[in-house]
Amino acid sequence: MPNIKKRLFEEKVFKATMLASCVSVVLVFMYMLVTVVIKGLPGLSWQMLTQPPKGGYYMGGEGGILNAILGSLYLAIGATFLAALISIPVVLYLNVYLKKDSKFAVLVRFSFDVLWGIPSIVYGAFGFAIMVFFHLRASLLAGMITIALLELPIMSRAADNILKMVPHELKEISLSLGATRFETATRVVFRQAIPGILTALLIGFGRGVGDAASVLFTAGYTDSLPTSLLRPVATLPLAIFFQLGTPFPEVQQRGYTAALVLIFMILAISIVSRLLTARFHKHTLR
Amino acid sequence: MNNAHIRTTFLNVSYGEHPALKDISIDIPALKITAIIGPSGCGKSTLLKAFNRLLDLADDVSICGEVFVDGANIYDKATDVYSLRKKMGLLAQKPFPLPMTIYENVAYGLRIHNGIDKNKLESSVEHYLREANLWDEVKNRLHTSASKLSIGQQQRLCLARGLAIEPEIILGDEPTSALDPFSAEHIEKKLIELKERYTIVIVTHNIQQAMKLADYVIFLYHGRVIEEGPSEKIFKAPKDLMTQAYIKGEYLDEIWLAKEAQAGRKVEEGEGI
Repeated sequence: MPNIKKRLFEEKVFKATMLASCVSVVLVFMYMLVTVVIKGLPGLSWQMLTQPPKGGYYMGGEGGILNAILGSLYLAIGATFLAALISIPVVLYLNVYLKKDSKFAVLVRFSFDVLWGIPSIVYGAFGFAIMVFFHLRASLLAGMITIALLELPIMSRAADNILKMVPHELKEISLSLGATRFETATRVVFRQAIPGILTALLIGFGRGVGDAASVLFTAGYTDSLPTSLLRPVATLPLAIFFQLGTPFPEVQQRGYTAALVLIFMILAISIVSRLLTARFHKHTLR
Repeated sequence: MNNAHIRTTFLNVSYGEHPALKDISIDIPALKITAIIGPSGCGKSTLLKAFNRLLDLADDVSICGEVFVDGANIYDKATDVYSLRKKMGLLAQKPFPLPMTIYENVAYGLRIHNGIDKNKLESSVEHYLREANLWDEVKNRLHTSASKLSIGQQQRLCLARGLAIEPEIILGDEPTSALDPFSAEHIEKKLIELKERYTIVIVTHNIQQAMKLADYVIFLYHGRVIEEGPSEKIFKAPKDLMTQAYIKGEYLDEIWLAKEAQAGRKVEEGEGI
């Protein structure tokens, strides 16, 4: 055994490297969180969360960011719903109806991978072009559709990877009992994959709620609360952008507060998704 | 044989370029247990899947020849594959409960084929769980997850689930190979009981099991039927040299190569030794 020392050394070095990487990931995340909390927490008040901006808000006046909070929520919920409406049938089709070696499935997955890589500003520009074509102006609806397009590839690929993990035997069993593919897809495969599909929806939601570039032209911005699908809405990412862009320190601080609210929104969604996952895992095979 | 429940004529199956079944012409007798025996990879499971057309799902598969069930060619274009599969309950190698409760597992097939009549459903579920000797163990936890059952119980649940679609034929793909000896015996005894009402086909590489259960035996090797016949004949007086060797637990490859050469067939690279 000439090499045992060398091998043990190798093992130690590799282990230390991996550990260092893990620690640095956690540290970076903590540093970001702490920065936003330190800068944003002093600006957090009941008024910030429950009121829209009033006159002179962007110069340090009264008001809050309720317009952006509600706007972001409405936009992301609507967009996630729209994206799921397309994404779930697509992934069920890919995984239950098509064979593993299907060329069409390869094409669809490749398209999603390409779409995933497109920067969100391009989605924004595309949404804007369509709006112009239909003579629409920036609105909640246009923003929802654009964000739905942005979420679609992310959600679909996440859900696709989950459905790929559903054991092939489960499909065989269901079909061997005389079930149709539709029954197999909805009653067995979907059920087995519910926790993962929920996670996929929430990954999409997280991406949608935080994206600024795609809503820049399509959803617009307004200081009033969202009331109609056909009127512009404010969003948190743009609220952060506008407030950090002002020369007034107290308004800049509110920008960090808005960032804090956005982070907590995403955190809350992650926690809810964890809880739901645990609940739905009751019957699934592991 | 005139009481054949399943009959195949010159069935050939290949995956891509690789042939899995060659010229299979066999009769599976009704209301008997037929064992398909042979070493791993000889095409046993493929043959079983050809019967209920689960083979259709495989990648790059080509099937030619005919399979008759109740006298009708199931590879005919007009075949209703859902009714065909409803005729056959499948017991897989490893029990796979559906991701739902014990009750829902048995009710799954019932709901699909008979619709939902709650009272009838409940009594049917009980009936089939009793049929699979599982009722007493699960009657107090019908609405808990099926995945919490022991593996032996899961296989009996799968049996109940299969029986609930009221099949004529039970297909078992090494149905006891993942089970402990006690659970395996449970299933074996049940199968013997069930052959009064069902045609049973099991795939097994366990010769003892085939001897215990089978009335009729089909020995497959490298995708060909080497010998078939009533159980006593195959096990007590096998005609073919290879069947003799397999039953004794000896190596088969050399005999097989000699035989293929004699028949003037070319052995592909990678086949055999």
